Amino acid sequence: MTYTRPRFRNPHLPVNEIGYTQKDYEGALSTLCAGCGHDSISGAIVQACYELAIEPHRVAKMSGIGCSSKTPAYFLSNSHGFNSVHGRMPSVATGAYLANRDLVYFGVSGDGDTASIGMGQFVHAIRRNLNMVYLVMNNGCYGLTKGQDSATADLGSKSKSGHTNPFQAIDLAGLALELGASFVARSFSGDKTQLVPLLKAAMAHPGFAFIDVISPCVTFNNNPGSTKSYDYVREHLEATATIDFVPIKSEITTQYDAGSTKDLALHDESMIRLHKIAADWDPQNRWSAMNALHQARTKGEILTGLIFLDKGLQDLHTVLDTTDKPLNTLKQPELCPGSKALEEINAGLR
Amino acid sequence: MQHLSAINDFVIRFANVNGTGSASANGLFARAIFRMGIPVTPKNIFPSNIQGLPTWYEVRVSEKGYLGRREGIDFMVCMNPQSMPKDIASVKPGGYFLYDSTKTLHREFIREDIHYIGIPLMEICLREYADPRQRQLFKNIIYVGALSALLDIEFAVLETLLAEMFLGKEKLIAPNIKALQLGIQYIHDHYEYPLHIRLERRDLVGNRILIDGNSACGLGAVFAGATVAAWYPITPSTSVVEAFSEYAEQFRTDPETGKKNYAIVQAEDELAAIGMVIGANWNGARSFTATSGPGVSLMSEFLGLAYFSEIPAVLIDVQRAGPSTGMPTRTQQADLIASAYASHGDTRHVLLFPSTPKECFDDVVAAFDLAERLQTPIIVMTDLDLGMNDHLTAPFEWDDARVYDRGKVLDAEELENIPKFGRYLDVDGDGIPYRTYPGTHPAKGAYVTRGTSHDEYAGYTEDSGTYKRNVDRLLKKWDTAKGLVPAPEIVQAATPNDCGVIFFGTSIYSAAESIELLAEQDIHLDSMRLRAFPFPESVGQFIADHELVFVVEQNRDAQMRSMLINELGIDPKKLIPVLNYDGMPITADTIVKQIIANFATV
Repeated sequence: MTYTRPRFRNPHLPVNEIGYTQKDYEGALSTLCAGCGHDSISGAIVQACYELAIEPHRVAKMSGIGCSSKTPAYFLSNSHGFNSVHGRMPSVATGAYLANRDLVYFGVSGDGDTASIGMGQFVHAIRRNLNMVYLVMNNGCYGLTKGQDSATADLGSKSKSGHTNPFQAIDLAGLALELGASFVARSFSGDKTQLVPLLKAAMAHPGFAFIDVISPCVTFNNNPGSTKSYDYVREHLEATATIDFVPIKSEITTQYDAGSTKDLALHDESMIRLHKIAADWDPQNRWSAMNALHQARTKGEILTGLIFLDKGLQDLHTVLDTTDKPLNTLKQPELCPGSKALEEINAGLR
Repeated sequence: MQHLSAINDFVIRFANVNGTGSASANGLFARAIFRMGIPVTPKNIFPSNIQGLPTWYEVRVSEKGYLGRREGIDFMVCMNPQSMPKDIASVKPGGYFLYDSTKTLHREFIREDIHYIGIPLMEICLREYADPRQRQLFKNIIYVGALSALLDIEFAVLETLLAEMFLGKEKLIAPNIKALQLGIQYIHDHYEYPLHIRLERRDLVGNRILIDGNSACGLGAVFAGATVAAWYPITPSTSVVEAFSEYAEQFRTDPETGKKNYAIVQAEDELAAIGMVIGANWNGARSFTATSGPGVSLMSEFLGLAYFSEIPAVLIDVQRAGPSTGMPTRTQQADLIASAYASHGDTRHVLLFPSTPKECFDDVVAAFDLAERLQTPIIVMTDLDLGMNDHLTAPFEWDDARVYDRGKVLDAEELENIPKFGRYLDVDGDGIPYRTYPGTHPAKGAYVTRGTSHDEYAGYTEDSGTYKRNVDRLLKKWDTAKGLVPAPEIVQAATPNDCGVIFFGTSIYSAAESIELLAEQDIHLDSMRLRAFPFPESVGQFIADHELVFVVEQNRDAQMRSMLINELGIDPKKLIPVLNYDGMPITADTIVKQIIANFATV
């Protein structure tokens, strides 16, 4: 069953600049386990969309299969969603994006969905710099099939059954960086203050925005010895910087010590403001970002925050030189060459 | 020695080495015959290779207008020492064998019952051309010149064709003409010409055109308004998207901005290609892919999702012979069952079976309308023979009054005026629900698309009754499809009889020829050409009206016969398989022999 929320509405709820309350961005009630990190991420998505004042119906929610891929039902109930095939969300999103370049494409995947069965499509979505947010709810295990290790489980991490993972982990943020992704970030489902501005920046970024969100599985991977448990992640977080997202042409109100901040203007004139910046890290230098990621891993830390941003890369529509109008709005007279053209083709084939 | 003797009725085969530029010379030869008003059928028999392996080009010339392949080579043009023993053996007694006589032919290659025409092609090329590449290319044109003298091809026709071929590169015309003349001159000096088999101008082609099926499919997709093509290269389907790309560039470039009113993505594999097609169609753009058997296998999972979530998609399957590399450059109709029932769960897909390039165009256009009307994948089943060979076909037609059928889609205003939108609700009783495009209305019409687990309002459910109700509605939609797909083409024999023959796709040419040949032997058959799956009612009626029905198809397992038995509950004894599955296009001879053999055993 889809469990819808009661439509009771408090008339005094605050509204955003286009007149929507935060409730207008919510979805159906979640059927995930109580305490699941994924639900916190859904909450952050609701908040980010509300604060960005995106019209809910102008978002398309794309997902594959798995616990994570169920979440699009739990946020933005006025948006179309597509719970597609295991590991194949990127291709469906590619097609949808080609058809209509004017919607916001929000892709949700999991570590099984992305790092195993969907690895090929994930990699190629990055290559094409699809204009979409690609969020991985990363818990290091397969939840719906009851707790098998995934390809992002760390070497030596212990599962609930006591089994120790004997394989190397795939670092999706590192992979995305290596493949040339134009926006790479990592966060933690328990850290909404970091996740919300990252989500807003990702949605404002006109290219492939990848966010790897460590999201502990309360049922199968929250035990001592697991490197994706709430306790372990909280103890090993290391941020690149604290970030604020400043919408288009808004005044910067937060004050920071001079010299400790860095502003990154995005394509649409919104701004990412970074402060408490980690030493030896430059978000616009891919090598510096890779270095920071590797150093954190060596120290057993999980580097979070904005890791890399490339504002110059062209998105897929620009590369293909498609018309500015969404292709799904073109009408028959613009599409069909007509009988006269066909007669000429016939003549050329005689 | 016997001389084969025939006007406008022979088969000539060119044995070439892949990658030596022979294709354009051989194409010039075939097109010249077409321009002389004589029905012609060229076929490529090529290896899975870019350079070096043997490749053949076979041209059947038929005054009677038979366009199927015919067994037996009347004239062999041998340009490949590798395949020479086999090529010599394949010539009919009294036939001709043209070869490069720069080196003497070894005694073991001499047959007493065929005619040898030696031309020192390499010697002429070495003498006339300095550049090695030119020597290779003009060697091909020289043998075309020689053939034009031997078979009586009008020189003016060749001249015109060369002028058209090199439009914009006029410098190349004169050297090509010279090469033709070198060949003609050699024949004039050394042989009697023309031969007993030769050509004579006729007016038998009418307004027909010469084109391959893949180009026709690509053109059809442009006319049908496809805006998103996603594909993965695979022989023999690759040229479908290449043709779409060329025609789209010509007709779909915005005159003001120079930007493209279409998008083509070469996907990472077939799984992604069909995923993109489904994503684009879900979002309201007409989108298609083209593939072959292995691609259909890979796309099966997604085809099931599209069937259950009711998303339009158009897939062109250019069928070939099975998996791996090698035989896949040969033709077959062997993906029928894999396509009709592709995917897990209870799935069935609509298939269209074009027989000619004209029908490739028409069926691709129809496929987009059907896909959106029925909200389901439509698979256009062509094959390598149709897709990659030029066929003489009726000219393409387009009615400017024709309006695309975009199916049941609700816009913002319509959503505003209905009390509650139900994505999977059968409002009209035809099993087809209404859909909405993402981003249509701020508060109405949004839903989450999923596979099987949804109720009439697209809400998540695992309720048994709801599931059953939904899949039963899909069957109702399947029944609706029977009335929308093209009806079979039924032809009654002039002499009343109780036997019928069923065929489809590229078997049309040889089937039509075999019906005439059998009639000469007093075996009269009514015929039915299938155009689509699901089978309209008239298909069952035709079978019911006959005692015995032959089913002609180009696969080992009589897949169409199985589908007829399965779908229509026909007694298997009534349907006699007539099969061809060696990778070569079916011949009338194959059909005639199998049908006669059956009567002999009755």
